[in-house]
Amino acid sequence: MQNHTGAPKGSWLTDPRIRAWVFQVVTVVVVIGLGWYLFHNMQVNQQHRGITSGFGFLNNSAGFGIAQHLIDYTEADTYWRVLVIGILNTLLVSVLGIILATVLGFTLGVARLSKNWLINKVATVYIETFRNIPPLLQILFWYFAIFLSLPGPRQAHGMLDMFFVSSRGLNMPAALLAPGFGPFVVAVVVAIVATVLMARWATKRFEQTGQPFHKFWTGLAIMIVVPALAALLFGAPVHWEIPAIRGFNFVGGWVLIPELLAVVLSLSVYTAAFIAEIVRSGIGSVSHGQTEAAHSLGLRNGPTLRKVIIPQAMRVIVPPLTSQYLNLMKNSSLAAAVGYPEMVSLFSGTVLNQTGQAPEVMAITMTVYLAISVSISLLMNAYNKRIALIER
Amino acid sequence: MTTHQFKPDLPPPVATVGVYAWLRANLFSSVPNTLLTLVALYLIWLIVPPLLSWAIFQATWLGDSREQCTPSGACWLFIEQRFGQFMYGYYPPELRWRVDLTVLLAVVGAAPLFVARFTHKLRYGIAFLVLYPILAYCLLSGGMLGLEHVPTTQWGGLMLNLILATVGIAGALPLGILLALGRRSKLPAVRVVCVTFIEFWRGVPLITVLFMASVMLPLFLPEGMSFDKMLRALIGIILFESAYVAEVVRGGMQAIPKGQYEAAAAMALGYWRSMFLVVLPQALKLVIPGLVNTFIALFKDTSLVYIVGLFELLNSVKQASADPKWLGMATEGYVFAALVFWIFCFGMSRYSMHLERKLDTGHKR
Amino acid sequence: MKMLKSTLAVLTTAAVFGASGFAQAGATLDAVNKKGFVQCGVSDGLPGFSVPDASGKIVGIDADVCRAVAAAVFGDASKVKFSQLNAKERFTALQSGEIDVLSRNTTWTSSRDAGMGLIFAGVTYYDGQGFLASKKLGVKSAKELDGATICIQAGTTTELNVSDYFRANGLKYTPITFETSDESAKSLESGRCDVLTSDKSQLFAQRSKLANPGDYEVLPETISKEPLGPVVRKGDDEWLNIVKWSLFAMLDAEEAGVTSKNVEDMAKNSTNPDVRRMLGTDGEFGKDLQLRKDWIVQIVKQVGNYGEMFERNLGAGTTLKITRGQNALWNQGGLQYAPPVR
Repeated sequence: MQNHTGAPKGSWLTDPRIRAWVFQVVTVVVVIGLGWYLFHNMQVNQQHRGITSGFGFLNNSAGFGIAQHLIDYTEADTYWRVLVIGILNTLLVSVLGIILATVLGFTLGVARLSKNWLINKVATVYIETFRNIPPLLQILFWYFAIFLSLPGPRQAHGMLDMFFVSSRGLNMPAALLAPGFGPFVVAVVVAIVATVLMARWATKRFEQTGQPFHKFWTGLAIMIVVPALAALLFGAPVHWEIPAIRGFNFVGGWVLIPELLAVVLSLSVYTAAFIAEIVRSGIGSVSHGQTEAAHSLGLRNGPTLRKVIIPQAMRVIVPPLTSQYLNLMKNSSLAAAVGYPEMVSLFSGTVLNQTGQAPEVMAITMTVYLAISVSISLLMNAYNKRIALIER
Repeated sequence: MTTHQFKPDLPPPVATVGVYAWLRANLFSSVPNTLLTLVALYLIWLIVPPLLSWAIFQATWLGDSREQCTPSGACWLFIEQRFGQFMYGYYPPELRWRVDLTVLLAVVGAAPLFVARFTHKLRYGIAFLVLYPILAYCLLSGGMLGLEHVPTTQWGGLMLNLILATVGIAGALPLGILLALGRRSKLPAVRVVCVTFIEFWRGVPLITVLFMASVMLPLFLPEGMSFDKMLRALIGIILFESAYVAEVVRGGMQAIPKGQYEAAAAMALGYWRSMFLVVLPQALKLVIPGLVNTFIALFKDTSLVYIVGLFELLNSVKQASADPKWLGMATEGYVFAALVFWIFCFGMSRYSMHLERKLDTGHKR
Repeated sequence: MKMLKSTLAVLTTAAVFGASGFAQAGATLDAVNKKGFVQCGVSDGLPGFSVPDASGKIVGIDADVCRAVAAAVFGDASKVKFSQLNAKERFTALQSGEIDVLSRNTTWTSSRDAGMGLIFAGVTYYDGQGFLASKKLGVKSAKELDGATICIQAGTTTELNVSDYFRANGLKYTPITFETSDESAKSLESGRCDVLTSDKSQLFAQRSKLANPGDYEVLPETISKEPLGPVVRKGDDEWLNIVKWSLFAMLDAEEAGVTSKNVEDMAKNSTNPDVRRMLGTDGEFGKDLQLRKDWIVQIVKQVGNYGEMFERNLGAGTTLKITRGQNALWNQGGLQYAPPVR
């Protein structure tokens, strides 16, 4: 009998295990070496040219104004606060953009499958037009050709004398706290708890007896009636501050600046075209047998779509949808082109220039984007796991 | 005798052919559908006629100065006057034939690859991919063979978008394949390095990468060592894009049945050979549409090199519309740039769909 | 194994580059001499200072300062390449070595001189910040700007000055910051902001680019000091001197009455010892600066003296029509004062 076990013995050079080790060690050494080399060069260059390094600058006072800040800010605040404002502004654009793009994209995706010829064609033309034009161009177009061509604040288009659209943006009434606010909040919390309890009970009953219950409408009723009662009993929770022209501009109320509007609109219009295609192919991927099976069980068109088709399509839709969300978030950096104060324009723009500390500022900027990317990915992956097919 | 009574005739079946039937089936099949149709018609009526009137009927097509333009329509004179700049940037006008020739060579050279009956595609393709870039560089840059040198700072317009996108994807492909192999490698250290690399580049915006590449790269190099600005932008684009290419290629590799890997191992092929002779040829064929889509995305992203101060199409338009002679023509410029981008991207996406159908040889379920 | 070899090759290359070390004073001049041109950072389009003309050639006083440096180093003012930079790229580009000199209407401040690894070589233009407002607003003074929306170019000292000014006067404002001056001008025109703030010279330049320049006026206040000048990297005194003295040479030439027309004649025939020293007829002052003997002759012949440069780019013959004012020579009531060549 011959022994077949084991490869023919050669030199250690051909031993796959040793080669694997050598290869890995070399990779790690090269990567670390390259990283060290670049870092070393940077340090030498910085030291040699007398460039300040380190993150101490973050505690210095910024000294410049910012067009839009979601938290309180004055010129005396530090660069730390500027960084937080930059992050918040980036998040604001991303979140608004993602919501709008999702709504628009799903609508268009369904429209693309519509049996109505005209709707179908309109959706197709929309998708093919907007996804083939660079987003930067779209932002510039929305901002310079559309928003800035609106009339000035004095000639603003008014709606109900409360909403005003002008080249300064969309001015609207602001809600200010009134005495009734405390009871109102309590009422809202009570309503939420009641709705959740009701939903649980309804689900349980449905599973036990098969009796359907109008969860949505009942919930809506609770959510409206309870807070409304509180408002009636204890007075209005807020009072409205109406914007009015004073001096150069509208004073009072809230304003959505045109930079924000242009960026959010163009990014969601652009991304919606991609989402629509994803939704279309996702719905298309659910076999027609599923529809037929649902119909044969007596489900009508609405419930078939909601309870049978969409849940299955979501499994196909979510992974590419995640990368569209990531793209939208990264594309929000193009807002710098129209002066919207987000991370790139505010932090790696203005702050970089006032401090001159490029490596630190860029490192922080990239870390922030990476962190947001990773968070979006994690959230979407968690959602994906929840809706994934559980195979038994 | 009872009288026989006929029931009244049924109405004739609803017509299923003809204009009326088509309208009924496709536009007015139900009340909600009818409403939708009407809303859509209203939207079209709102958008299309003013657009056509601005862009075509009221537009000014002939002339040579701004004064000849009507205020109610588009002023295409601006585009006509600056067309050369939009296409070639500041490339010297008398030398622009070299750019045209380069494009012509690309079209003629690549044509055999698209002819189904041509048999030596692989060999020809490799030879073309090796020789053409050298030839193109010689033609565009000059400085040899009696051609006048044109520095890259003068390159611009659409030509620059095309160069950046094609060179970017061509450079990203080999790197992306290596990264994809690394990400699927069994060696943990290699995998970690590749995953980190890919996720890093996919997580940051191209705009910051370009900024780093253009103004910060020299800070990371020994003093005095520096290279061409366009080249630096290209390096940034290639690194960035390689991460995306890697993910596309990885998708293709995952679609290859395990049996193929096992068969390669059974034939005693080593890692590199089993990858390059068995897995990758099949995987790459699968991912060609995906690569075309990556290319389209990259082509759109080349408009960002304005950050680096390179005058590609969009930046040329911006630059030209700041010219006091043509103030207020920015809209026409943007529309023109959008149209050019659209034509290229739409064409390529159609081609990608065509490929997808053609290459679908049954590997997928 | 192939892989192994190539990785080794990369490592070796890295080691070699790493060992090549870093340079000392004089590195910039050596590098400039080696590549054969001066890489100069200028603005992304500011009439009178640096703006591409129809053929793509950059014209303006900032560009001319760079040409003067090239003329001093190579005897050929055309041996200069321009990088158009926006405000936020400029310092990083200089720090990283991307450009050799930054001549981009940049304000000289202590923090820029100290912490950024940069050093200013002189003052090309004495400026101050002001406001450009539409006449329709009916505003006569910057003090009436309470609540106004203001367009600013991002990453400039103007951003800080305007905030100081409004805080000091107890006024409120909303800043809208753009990356390029074209964008801020467009926004002013469209009514996105009420006023545009910038250095006064730039306001005139930007006004000249508007569709109806007559509808806008520059408000009387000057809210800051803005000495604009060329910047180099710190730690290379030799290069600093070359840039500094190229600028001084143009001023000295004007003071001595040397112009591009008479410079060659004066180099040969002048009996004035000042002029003879300056033009290299007597002494070897260029050599100490590592320059050629006739460096000032080349600067004046090819670029002109300071006055010629000013008139050509900003003066009455241009659309800007800026008077010399503070930028007149010291002996004519201005601030421009250059140490002597001797």
